[in-house]
Amino acid sequence: MEARILDQFRAIVGRGLITETSQLHTYECDGLTNFRVLPQAVLLPALTAEVQAIVQICQREKIPFVARGSGTGLSGGALPVDKGIVISLARMNRILEVDLLNARVVAEPGVINADVTQRVAPHGYFYAPDPSSQSVCSIGGNVAENSGGAHCLKYGFTTTHVLALEVVLPDGSIVHLGSRALDRPGYDLPGIFVGSEGTLGIATKVVLRIVKKPAVIQTLLAAFNTTEEAGAAVSGIIGAGMLPAAIEMMDNLAIQAAEASVHAGYPDCGGLLLVELDGPAAEVEHLIEEVSAICTQCGAWEIRVAQSEAERAVFWKGRKAAFAAMGRISPNYIVQDGVIPRTALPKVLSEIERMSAAAGLRVANVFHAGDGNLHPLVLYDGRIAGQEERAMELSINILRLCVQCGGSITGEHGVGEEKKMMMGEMFAEPDLATMQLVRCAFDPEQLSNPGKVFPRTRFCAERTGPYQPHPLEVAGVAQFF
Amino acid sequence: MKTAWNDLRAVVGAGHVRAGSELDAVDVFIPQMVVEPANAEEIAHALKIATDAGLRVIPCGGTTKRDWGNPLRHDGQSGELILSTRRSNRVVEHAWGDMTATVEAGCTFQQLQKTLAEHGQRLALDPLWPERATIGGILATNDSGPLRIRFGSLRDLIIGITLALPDGTLAKSGGKVVKNVAGYDLPKLATGSLGTLGMITQAIFRLHPIPRETRTLSFASSEGLTSGRESLHDLVLAIQDCNMVPTGVQMRAASSPTENELHEVDVRFEGTTAGCEAQIEQTLRMASGARRIEAPADVWNARSTLWTGVEPSAICKFSLVPTEIASFLGLIRKVSRSPSLHWRLVAQAVGVGLLRLEGNDNATLLSALEDLRKQVESRGGSLVILRCPLEIKSKMDVWGSASDALPLMKSIKARFDPRGTLNPGRFVGGI
Ligand SMILES: Cc1cc2nc3c(=O)[nH]c(=O)nc-3n(C[C@H](O)[C@H](O)[C@H](O)COP(=O)(O)OP(=O)(O)OC[C@H]3O[C@@H](n4cnc5c(N)ncnc54)[C@H](O)[C@@H]3O)c2cc1C
Repeated sequence: MEARILDQFRAIVGRGLITETSQLHTYECDGLTNFRVLPQAVLLPALTAEVQAIVQICQREKIPFVARGSGTGLSGGALPVDKGIVISLARMNRILEVDLLNARVVAEPGVINADVTQRVAPHGYFYAPDPSSQSVCSIGGNVAENSGGAHCLKYGFTTTHVLALEVVLPDGSIVHLGSRALDRPGYDLPGIFVGSEGTLGIATKVVLRIVKKPAVIQTLLAAFNTTEEAGAAVSGIIGAGMLPAAIEMMDNLAIQAAEASVHAGYPDCGGLLLVELDGPAAEVEHLIEEVSAICTQCGAWEIRVAQSEAERAVFWKGRKAAFAAMGRISPNYIVQDGVIPRTALPKVLSEIERMSAAAGLRVANVFHAGDGNLHPLVLYDGRIAGQEERAMELSINILRLCVQCGGSITGEHGVGEEKKMMMGEMFAEPDLATMQLVRCAFDPEQLSNPGKVFPRTRFCAERTGPYQPHPLEVAGVAQFF
Repeated sequence: MKTAWNDLRAVVGAGHVRAGSELDAVDVFIPQMVVEPANAEEIAHALKIATDAGLRVIPCGGTTKRDWGNPLRHDGQSGELILSTRRSNRVVEHAWGDMTATVEAGCTFQQLQKTLAEHGQRLALDPLWPERATIGGILATNDSGPLRIRFGSLRDLIIGITLALPDGTLAKSGGKVVKNVAGYDLPKLATGSLGTLGMITQAIFRLHPIPRETRTLSFASSEGLTSGRESLHDLVLAIQDCNMVPTGVQMRAASSPTENELHEVDVRFEGTTAGCEAQIEQTLRMASGARRIEAPADVWNARSTLWTGVEPSAICKFSLVPTEIASFLGLIRKVSRSPSLHWRLVAQAVGVGLLRLEGNDNATLLSALEDLRKQVESRGGSLVILRCPLEIKSKMDVWGSASDALPLMKSIKARFDPRGTLNPGRFVGGI
């Protein structure tokens, strides 16, 4: 990068400019470490005005930029781009305002997710979106990915909890999307910005909605012989008209890994369910009995209800550690994030089993069973020639299977760099072209995280075409979805 | 233009194109034609024909909210047509095991709920005029009612959409699964866009179970919502600040010829019998200072009663952060004191509500509205006029001042509808 430009950057952020190669390596990838690109420079602004000044230079000099929160993303969203810079929001980490009466919190993008809850917990509130990475990931990253977590089944994803944003647009202007009051007249811009994976600009301030803690929380753990039985119990619970706060499932391989890593004391079974109910005491006490009965009917041979907050934490510990725990049973693994309609679960699981056997690779399954979000973990040994390629292929084929069942290639991790080639299998060309209209309105020169999410870069001058049927429609596999 | 009408007849069938009449008027403007396509493909096709011919299109569903928005901008040269979704009205799929439903835009809300109820489910929304309002119209106007406190508004319930764009593109976004972050969230962009970006032809929703039990409590006070030691407004705030989970908390208030305004608060709980009872007891303890009354029949539909009364009138949707509702009432009182105006309102505890103002003439209404809007906007809220005499509409933007994001909104509009086919001039900031 030209010294002239670096000088301009230095004038804005002073020592918050990184150009040393050894230091730049820290920023060459996110949580998806098999994609790496060394950025030209990394900037760490501390104020909105600094972000704005940086983006204005990028605009003038046509330098692509990638925003970065904590770098825990799992789809390569924060992967630097060729000849581009990284703008890290890590220094913008203040909670600016807490308005308890209106249940609003104003945070800078670098605030860590769990810190929001920690801040309001003494007053009986919490911030509902709870990705497993919540102790490290940032609000800005959550906004960009529309992150979810186990409790989103009942409480909704990040998008439900973001009311307004201050954003530096790729042209260097500052705009305010949404408002603290609901239903601001005009297009729902927070709705479109949340989940846009850093491609529409940089969030510099976020107004969050916080939620009152439920009166009581009860967590039940049930052991089944098979994931089918566990799946039937999930359908039974939902079918009975209940909306638990969370329903999580793990298969035997995932249980083994969790046990090896954090000793959660899970029963050694084929399918484990964690069901959490919350709400008024009278209601929860009644419903937990019902859940328990449904699990028994579906073949559960051990049911435990957490008797204390400590025991509840242990129940969750194994689940939250499941990804990282894979390291205990396999040298390498790929995490996927497909979604299926819940009723397709038995079919999809047996198909995954078949595919896994055919590929000669183990697949561990951890999922948010209540909303059909699967996290198949494809295990492999990178030292054995060809295994990584086969693992990649298997994980892509699992996503294809999800799409064929009417689902999605990603429930919470985002498309990023990793799955952009899969977008064309889920959406037809006109669908993608229409999404691109939004991109062109926000970022006509495609400077903000270019090359991500969409399978090909489209110039904003291109026009959309008339309706073409989706490939799956032609094949008779799916109708409009 | 003549060939365009013929092309439209060829696409939707001559029997489904007719001349516009007074009954089709939008404000006082009578469109030349009313076109009723049978399905999404026909809607997209008709849109393309209209765009290519330079015609303006007014999307329409059940016509219950046809007058919402600013008056149509028309130059007297290009023709205008209503494109109605009325015939495209099927519930395409109720995947009850997955708790989702796919529905065409022209389906009425009531019809959808009836279908979903067969499997004990519902779309957890309570829009105005459910027997006539269509899914497309409800989405385009982002209508929501008391259930919002628990289930959110349409943006929290819609998971997929099909849009017909002015150039004839049919585009899908979102999908059939509740959790999905693949691509931009166009269902949210289309929700509340008043048909200015594309026509919604189909939507997919997440569903909720019909509750086992529903209980409502009502309280009244003639001291006012905001005065008195234990005001009803405090009660409303306290209910939100404790760990109960009501599925409706609303305030009703009205001016009165005597000094004492009557104020009422309704609280609703759903769930198991035991859960409802425990929460009712807790509410009664919290409300020990308030007078309990028999809940009027159909009280959760109170919003719709604001549409009848003395004319001239204006009906507005206001939005504020919840704690500002008390001072909003003070503002209404102030602007309606001299010259004297009558008013009624139904406010949801989340800070959104409807207000009806009745005056002797348009001029007093106009100045009261301007005053109120100024005050509401200075508190970070908004005041949108839903219905008022045309004279007021011609003097006052119904949406209020747009934010610094207006240029961005205009550029989104320009990308989706570069020739300005859809509802020109009716949306925020002249979009
Ligand atoms: C062990 C583990 C468990 C995980 N569990 C979950 C889970 O349960 N649920 C879940 O949803 N995710 C999960 N994730 C994924 C990840 O933590 C989330 O996607 C998280 O939101 C990323 O936040 P981050 O701050 O690390 O963002 P980064 O990885 O730094 O960036 C993510 C994206 O956000 C953009 N971005 C960052 N800041 C901004 C900003 N201010 N403005 C605009 N764009 C910005 C980046 O450009 C990038 O595209 C997990 C990850 C790990 C490693």
